[in-house]
Amino acid sequence: MENNRILDVHNLHKSFGEKKVIDGLDLALYSGENLVILGKSGTGKSVIMKCIVRLLKPDAGSINVFGTDVLNCGEKELNEVRTRIGYLFQEGALYDSMTIRENLEFPAKRDKKLRKLADKELNEIIEKNLESVGLIDAIDKLPSELSGGMKKRAGLARSLMLSPDMIIYDEPTTGLDPYTSDAINDLILRIRESYNTASLIITHDIKCAKRTSDRMVILSDGKIIAEGKFDELKTDPSEQVRLFFV
Amino acid sequence: MERKSPNKLNFEQLLMDIAGITTFLFRYIGSLFRNRFEGREFINQCYRTGYQSLLLVGITAIILGLVLTIQIRPILADLGAEAWLPNMVFISVLTEMGPVIFALLFAGKVGSGIGAELSSMRVTEQIDAMEVSATNPFNYLVVTRVSATTIMLPLLVFFGDLLAFFGSFIGLKAYSDISFKLFYSRAFSEVYFRDIFPATIKTIFFGFFIGLIASYMGYYSGKGTSGVGKAANAAVVASSLVIFLIDLIAVQLTDILT
Repeated sequence: MENNRILDVHNLHKSFGEKKVIDGLDLALYSGENLVILGKSGTGKSVIMKCIVRLLKPDAGSINVFGTDVLNCGEKELNEVRTRIGYLFQEGALYDSMTIRENLEFPAKRDKKLRKLADKELNEIIEKNLESVGLIDAIDKLPSELSGGMKKRAGLARSLMLSPDMIIYDEPTTGLDPYTSDAINDLILRIRESYNTASLIITHDIKCAKRTSDRMVILSDGKIIAEGKFDELKTDPSEQVRLFFV
Repeated sequence: MERKSPNKLNFEQLLMDIAGITTFLFRYIGSLFRNRFEGREFINQCYRTGYQSLLLVGITAIILGLVLTIQIRPILADLGAEAWLPNMVFISVLTEMGPVIFALLFAGKVGSGIGAELSSMRVTEQIDAMEVSATNPFNYLVVTRVSATTIMLPLLVFFGDLLAFFGSFIGLKAYSDISFKLFYSRAFSEVYFRDIFPATIKTIFFGFFIGLIASYMGYYSGKGTSGVGKAANAAVVASSLVIFLIDLIAVQLTDILT
């Protein structure tokens, strides 16, 4: 299993002013695995994700993604790592001046391999990705015409454009009704099957964690307080852990 | 990076902004020559900043020409120098009033738009989304906008100057029987290259700094929806101030060199 390690976070620290958000965090993700980071709002879950793709620089620690030290590598190497990571933002982060088709085209037309493709081939990839998230009918719509759940699905389709080996889901079910949340959870599992990706899912939604996780870590005050499978953690005697399952 | 107190005018923030804008300027120059130029987005920005400002600049220019003519005419008539009116109005519009007034309009319309748009993209994580998909958001968003404003403002000022010239003719025609040919020859009788050249150079700098400052304010705006409003506001206030500073420097330089 160690050979399949694609993400290795070691002794990560991050503070904002006086506030310590991440305090000596260690984390690993293996190829093809769905790892859920469960934690209350404001416990630094999104900060970890942003450090992994170097949107934020941690104060100390190391992060290795696909064997590259992302905190100390050059811009070119960083971009190579980033093309192998899909990132689904909390609100989808769709470019609101572009249609869904243009949103999907955007990363593809700036990618070394995909920009060489003919328009017809690129369209086929876009349509395939939109079909896989059930959004082909919205291909020429603007993000403002979509519901919250549709925006997340479109964001997911965009993150699939560069055929990532790993997808980061930032609160994939937050702000959605139970029916749409279930659909997104199913989609996360289906994407893993179809695209053979590893997933790092951060959430405070216990239903999402149960449905999508192979393994879970529970985060509290910037530290991991428990790690294991959902059913193992559910029966954990610690008061701090039990609170998440109430 | 995020601007610390975007709504406060204090010395510390001012120094930080000057340092930030200077860094932004060098980053723009580096990016312009190092990265792939986003031609399609540049043309889109030229359309949005230039073409979509034509009506506003056009209406203002005609009114400017009319008002100047109507106000100056009685004074010159009293002095018996009415014949100088076309030239006087045209020179003042061409060298000073046109560039400054149209640049201020441009800062209000385009600068605030750029500040608000980039800030809103920052708040909704669209800029982060570009970055994590290995796209250079600075190259796509900032380089194209700054290049577009640098090119479009001088063209808009040229267009505005022409319409102000026609506005002035309409204003004078209402009071006298002057022909267009005579108006034209009087307007251009004392216009030299030394009048046009500094004014054109000045507008290039106006356009460049409006784009640069507005992009900076939006790109590093504060969080939340209030950050969007503050970025738009700061973009207009700072750009307007810089327009007058550049104008002051340009006047001094022109004075020394001619």
